[in-house]
Amino acid sequence: MSRLKPAHWFGLALVAIALLALPLVLTQVGTAWVRIANFAILFVFLSLGLNIVVGMAGLLDLGYIAFYAVGAYTWALLASPHFNLHLPFWAILPLGALLAGMAGAILGAPTLRLRGDYLAIVTLGFGEIVRIFMNNLSAPFNITNGPKGITRIDGFGAGGVNFSTTDTLFGIAFTGPAKYYYVLLVLMLLVIVVNLRLQNSRIGRAWVAIREDEIAAKAAGINTRNIKLLAFAMGASFGGIAGGMFAAMQGFVSPESFVLHESIMVLAMVVLGGMGNVWGVIAGALLLSFVPEFLRYTVEPAQQAIFGRLLIEPEVLRMLIFGAALVLTMRFRPAGLWPESRHKREMGERRA
Amino acid sequence: MDILLQQIINGLTTGSVYAIVALGYTMVYGVIQLINFAHGEVVMIGAMVAFSVIMALVGMGLPLPPFVIVLGGVLAAVPVCMAIGYLLERVAYRPLRHAPRLAPLITAIGMSIILQHLALLVWGRDPRAFPQIMENASFAVGGAAISSVQIAIILLSVTMMAGLTWFVYRTRFGIAIRATAEDVRVAGLMGVDANRVIAATFTIGAALGAVAGVMYGTYYGIAHYTMGFILGLKAFSAAVLGGIGNLAGAMLGGILLGLVEALGAGYIGDMTDLCRWPVFGELLAERCAADGHVVLFGSNYQDVFAFLVLILVLVFRPSGLLGERVAERA
Amino acid sequence: MREVLLEARGIGKRFGGIHALKDVSLTIRAGEIYGLIGPNGAGKTTFFNVLTGLYSRDAGEVLFAGGPLELGSPHLVARAGIARTFQNIRLFGNMSALENVMVGRHVRTSAGVLGAILRTRAQRAEEAAIRRRAEELLRYVGIHHRAGDLARHLAYGDQRRLEIARALATEPKLLALDEPAAGMNATETAALRQLVEGLRADGLTVLLIEHDVKLVMGLCDRVAVLDYGEKIAEDVPEIVQRDPKVIEAYLGGSVG
Repeated sequence: MSRLKPAHWFGLALVAIALLALPLVLTQVGTAWVRIANFAILFVFLSLGLNIVVGMAGLLDLGYIAFYAVGAYTWALLASPHFNLHLPFWAILPLGALLAGMAGAILGAPTLRLRGDYLAIVTLGFGEIVRIFMNNLSAPFNITNGPKGITRIDGFGAGGVNFSTTDTLFGIAFTGPAKYYYVLLVLMLLVIVVNLRLQNSRIGRAWVAIREDEIAAKAAGINTRNIKLLAFAMGASFGGIAGGMFAAMQGFVSPESFVLHESIMVLAMVVLGGMGNVWGVIAGALLLSFVPEFLRYTVEPAQQAIFGRLLIEPEVLRMLIFGAALVLTMRFRPAGLWPESRHKREMGERRA
Repeated sequence: MDILLQQIINGLTTGSVYAIVALGYTMVYGVIQLINFAHGEVVMIGAMVAFSVIMALVGMGLPLPPFVIVLGGVLAAVPVCMAIGYLLERVAYRPLRHAPRLAPLITAIGMSIILQHLALLVWGRDPRAFPQIMENASFAVGGAAISSVQIAIILLSVTMMAGLTWFVYRTRFGIAIRATAEDVRVAGLMGVDANRVIAATFTIGAALGAVAGVMYGTYYGIAHYTMGFILGLKAFSAAVLGGIGNLAGAMLGGILLGLVEALGAGYIGDMTDLCRWPVFGELLAERCAADGHVVLFGSNYQDVFAFLVLILVLVFRPSGLLGERVAERA
Repeated sequence: MREVLLEARGIGKRFGGIHALKDVSLTIRAGEIYGLIGPNGAGKTTFFNVLTGLYSRDAGEVLFAGGPLELGSPHLVARAGIARTFQNIRLFGNMSALENVMVGRHVRTSAGVLGAILRTRAQRAEEAAIRRRAEELLRYVGIHHRAGDLARHLAYGDQRRLEIARALATEPKLLALDEPAAGMNATETAALRQLVEGLRADGLTVLLIEHDVKLVMGLCDRVAVLDYGEKIAEDVPEIVQRDPKVIEAYLGGSVG
């Protein structure tokens, strides 16, 4: 890799300072905004995981949120009064990643020979199956506590720092959400590095080759079955880690959080940002995380002012925007708003 | 009561609905080899429109027989759904006909989200109780009961299947559809307007879907803006089970799936009752004595069957029961 | 006589009712250019697809480099040392020319996910070697100046060369070219001929399917002719050319 120029270092330093200072600034606006930032980071994390599957390997996965659920429930079950287990994060996060990765491989195995659109439906069904199980595995043996979900989940804890209270360091108050922000930031940077490194590696090239032309990839000596399974498992394990952090941050999980809409939202982030391009995907995730929140703060008062009542809930408006974003992106910018620089107009197998 | 016979009757009823919805998937797939992802939402809108019209007609207090009122609902739902089906094709599929395969799928997902949330805006978030105005008489059949609604659904479905088969095999336009399914280019050379044929499969499928939506709403007595999702998934599974692209396959697949689901829901509780199993029965003797049953998977897992069937079919016979083996191609 | 590299015995393949290949046996010797010709629909490409594992076969076996060749999975065939190109060029359109060739190195390299994430010393060394080898191969086929361009932006002739470079990157013992001259003009065909002759000079064995009979007869050491899925001749070009059965197959029996 070539050395960075001083100007680049300066730019990087600015970005770093901005990222570090962000929660302190947001705390001034309102702690809610720090939480929103945390969720935005979580979605960056999820999008980058899905980007491996959809963006790089070209496998349309509509049940991705199931892996997030696996990670979240792994944390919830192993660190809560439910089973009276309180394992530390360094045991649960990797385990969540592993279990989610295994779930990914299990989903991948029967679907590998399928064409893209079949795969989409099967993954959709799989996501639904996982949710149904979480909803029902409360009887005869109470594993998931059913629709009521699991409460009082342990927060993230490391080095004696309590992540649910406010601490003061150097005269600056760090709230619980602000502390989570820094943990998530570190994890996100790791995930970005992993994504970038995979992209330009032997495995990453094999993924893109499969996306571009599966038959040619086979003929070039790629064991497409294993490499696709690997994409599923890798992407899923990212989802598992994000799910674990979600459970820790919320202190509560229930099947409600893992519905199809969430899968679609993550997919919309990847597609809108630019499938296969790490920076585009990040931008897409941030855009679709923050825009609805701004809408929440603008649409409601605006409607109240104009019509005297709320006509369209922000949540509904958000979904309408997601739907329209998917349609318009495919129609006018099929490679996303920030397309992969080298692989400009691409995705999925070519029509026969 | 004869549980087996009862579940078969119930399965035939839901299976008929699945079959009619599955026809919509299979027709579109037959001509453009793509899944009409938003088809389930079309079915939902059909149910919702019919719901509104029926409520309005009932509200007017006209001395109309119930049959006419329901017919009024269907007659309103069908054109609305046909328009939506046509719109879907024009917005989500036609502009992307030469794009990579995933592109129209993603636009269709977008359209499906839009339709669903528009329905949410119009009909609200809560499930709507579908007006039960048809007299629901029950007839005894060899130890089981069949209701007049069930009879109506099965008869109507059979009629629609017969009508569609006649249309596709006996009319000029039907032949054009089959020719396009066989080979778009050759059909084009023979003077078939592929755009018209493709649009027609979307609209015909949507019309069938509208009727299916009304049947489903009437049968379960409920309509909800999210009902299209799971119904669509199941109908798609049925189409794949029968062999996607194959009309008879969609019908067979739908009926079979309905039966599998009904029988599964009827028996899985008994089959996974641990108290009946040798080793577990002893281990759980105390609980079994207290509760009588320790059921691992009850009928609340009913929705899982369709997906299991789908996955099994795809693994062992990806072309479905009646589908031709897709030729290998390099 | 040179040693046998590949021996196909009684290969058969059906599509539904059509018998695409009937008991096809042929022998390719190390270091030769072996031509496979025949009229349209004679089964040449089908044979190719069976040989390279894309199609399953219904009968027969293939011995390659002294052992049985496991047919039915293309990546194992590639690993065993048979690389191919496609009649209708199949490149990774949105990858650069260099990356296309780098993908070809996949089967001869081993870095996994962990190596890539940790950028281990071994992984970096392998990655550098992949890149070096890919650059060499681009130079070898003469399109090094297009290394950074997307494959789909390359000119037709260059795409053919790129496909050959990608195939060479798998270190094949046998290079199978499916109608490489299709759609080429005379100059491009001449350049291609030079390239293939260069490959032979460098010790590679080449299996060539071709429509252009003149090219085949001029280039190949031995030629087999398929007609309606059956081998009707196999010999040096001079003899095959005069074989009445071959003439009949090509001219539809109008030769008296």
